[in-house]
Amino acid sequence: MAEAVLKIFRGTSEGGATAEYRVPVAPGMVVLDALHHVQKHAAPDLAVRWNCKAGKCGSCSAEVNGRPRLTCKTRMDSLPQDQAITILPMKSFPVIKDLVTDVSWNYKVNKKIPPFTPRPGADWKFSQADIDRVQEFRKCIECFLCQNVCHVVRDHGKQEQFGGPRFFVRVAGLEMHPLDGLSRTKLLKDELGIGFCNITKCCTEVCPEGIHITDNAIIPLKERVVDDFYDPVLRLVRKIRGAGKAADH
Amino acid sequence: MNGKYETHEHDVLIIGAGGAGLRAAIEALTQGARVAVVCKSLLGKAHTVMAEGGIAAAMANVDQADNWRVHFRDTMRGGKLLNNWRMAQIHAQEASDRVRELEQWGALFDRTEDGRILQRAFGGHTFKRLCHVGDRTGLEMIRTLQDRGVQMGFDVYMECAVTRLLKDGERIAGAFAYWRENGRFVVFKAKSVVLATGGIGKAWPITSNSWEYTGDGMALAYEAGADLMDMEFVQFHPTGMVWPPGVQGILVTEAVRGEGGTLRNRSGERFMERYDPRKMELSTRDVVARAIYTEVKEGRGTEHGGAFLDISHKPPEYVKRKLPSMYHQFLELADVDITKGPMEVGPTCHYMMGGVKVEAETAAASVAGLFAAGEAAAGLHGSNRLGGNSLSDLLVFGRIAGLAATEHAKKTAMPTIDAGQVEAAEREMLAPFERKGGESPYTVHADLQDTMQKLVGIFRTEDDLRSAMTQIAKLKERSQRLAVSGSRMFNPGWHLSRDLQAMLTVSEAVTRSALARRESRGAHSRIDYPNLDAAWGKQHNLIANRSGNMELRQTPVIDMPEELKLLVAEEKGAA
Repeated sequence: MAEAVLKIFRGTSEGGATAEYRVPVAPGMVVLDALHHVQKHAAPDLAVRWNCKAGKCGSCSAEVNGRPRLTCKTRMDSLPQDQAITILPMKSFPVIKDLVTDVSWNYKVNKKIPPFTPRPGADWKFSQADIDRVQEFRKCIECFLCQNVCHVVRDHGKQEQFGGPRFFVRVAGLEMHPLDGLSRTKLLKDELGIGFCNITKCCTEVCPEGIHITDNAIIPLKERVVDDFYDPVLRLVRKIRGAGKAADH
Repeated sequence: MNGKYETHEHDVLIIGAGGAGLRAAIEALTQGARVAVVCKSLLGKAHTVMAEGGIAAAMANVDQADNWRVHFRDTMRGGKLLNNWRMAQIHAQEASDRVRELEQWGALFDRTEDGRILQRAFGGHTFKRLCHVGDRTGLEMIRTLQDRGVQMGFDVYMECAVTRLLKDGERIAGAFAYWRENGRFVVFKAKSVVLATGGIGKAWPITSNSWEYTGDGMALAYEAGADLMDMEFVQFHPTGMVWPPGVQGILVTEAVRGEGGTLRNRSGERFMERYDPRKMELSTRDVVARAIYTEVKEGRGTEHGGAFLDISHKPPEYVKRKLPSMYHQFLELADVDITKGPMEVGPTCHYMMGGVKVEAETAAASVAGLFAAGEAAAGLHGSNRLGGNSLSDLLVFGRIAGLAATEHAKKTAMPTIDAGQVEAAEREMLAPFERKGGESPYTVHADLQDTMQKLVGIFRTEDDLRSAMTQIAKLKERSQRLAVSGSRMFNPGWHLSRDLQAMLTVSEAVTRSALARRESRGAHSRIDYPNLDAAWGKQHNLIANRSGNMELRQTPVIDMPEELKLLVAEEKGAA
């Protein structure tokens, strides 16, 4: 059986370094299987988050050979066989231990978003075509890979003024819900800092669910912010057409 | 206590943040309780997120003849009448309201042509009944509940693991837990505790369950003196992935069959004709799992020891729209394009019908102040659960548990925490660090899984179950000599040393109950007693802790009112 060499970050917020482990490779094996092998046979205290091992929970995010991905969906045979595989924690979040990072910032951002608020008198009937786009946004498994690669977070550390792609997707899902009656454009502009995004699409590239984050969520939201705050004519037209969104500003 | 431990005080403490726990929390908050949710993982990652096919509710959006009576009858027949009839009735009556409520909280189900919630066919359900979102219904449900709860303002203690329930005399007083991040201990003081901890699949190696499914709630309840019921009934889902080895056990949703998928053996025969010619692939899970197992055992299996499940006769775009995760799962993990060819599938340990014995109207366990809901509780599903009845179970009984736990808290004074119990819980957790040269918990876990797979699987015999008892006794001894290395910070080996104790407790309860039940019923198949037995059809097995010894006794199945008996006996509908 073939053998792979893994270089896994071992350490805490106080520092650390990669350590090498050798793992036998079985057909169809994924990186998370290799990490479990290390836990069972070499390092029982190796800290790794995971739950479903089926790409549905978004827990096992890490940077494999420099690329942020879900380790449960990264096949060992998709990586170069002749060199060590480097597995590091997501760079944009503070390390807790080994591959486990502190993602609590995401939960704080989420709390700022006003919930789904149905328009009064809604009859709860709408067609599939009306919700196809929103269902795309609701596929998000909160792996936070998009947050991790976003330059605004990763390189500029604007966490305090910025929501990040994950939460633009969430807001888009609420804003485009056919029965939602609230506008969240002021929140997007002021608290979630959507203006910081310069649409480089890094988030879309890493999304394991294939959500078109930039094209389908962020750009339409940016347009709504522009319409609401910088284009009074369009705002008036939308009001007359009865889009029905009561702006909260 | 003297402030030695971080301590939190709440009216209602909910252990587990899946569908049942979150629905319980929302209800308790609505009723004005101070609520805490404690969970082993991050919020939103609970096992509910993996549910695929849908929520069963007789909304009659697609098949207008559907109503709660038919849903009730299907559920009772699927469970071979061992269900708590009152739970099955409440469940069938309330499921539709719970689904509508989810929609009002922002969930977006797939739609019918006329704009209502679309429903699909599933095994054992007479009508098209499963409300769904493609094949990611669980994700939609958990995200909706999570966002609702966060907005309402519950306190969430994430990555915090409960290791003991605490008692004040005969009643519940709270729980002892530790923070996974730093290994520090924490005491929760509460008037009511709701167990919403899910199932036990991790006691088997081939399972669709996540790492969290280690029977925690059942073991905690058992240790606190509550009765467990129907522990012999473990559901093996007929269709898990079988190849490649790394993905063995990962779930292939029943929705594949609900959308028209067919099962064939290596010679291309649609073998369900021999096992259930009327319902074919949409027979109940116990029947289909045994059929696939038998085909493989008798030499008619696929190359990797499974059956072929094929949906490729449907248009590719339809398959990708209705079964997107299955499409990606097979393409990415097994190099199979399911729009072009068949999947290889075989049984995988999936669901626990048994669990904490509860009252139908209140979800109350047999210890004052303790409640249980969802997979952690027993009763609704009898000896076999129908697909889709789990998500509805979580919502219906999660809500009931939250309501009853709050009512209990309102009429109860805050209990006193017994320092002795807390110190014992702490010593128990620290012991593996103090042993030198003990065994790794991973090794003992692997051996337990091997025992359960070989001896307490789909088909059971007296001999196998007796050897399993002997093996489990040895494993329990070994589990007293575990050693862990490293620090207390986020240490999976240390964590497993505790989860393993829970898995051993539930494994013993499963095996003891399976040994006692000398008949085959639903998911419990005894080769040496292959038929239903009328006397056993009137009895549940109960498991209780008697001063550290596991005691098994029987309790009668609660008698149904005449009108419901007539309803269940009617010829119409699923047999």
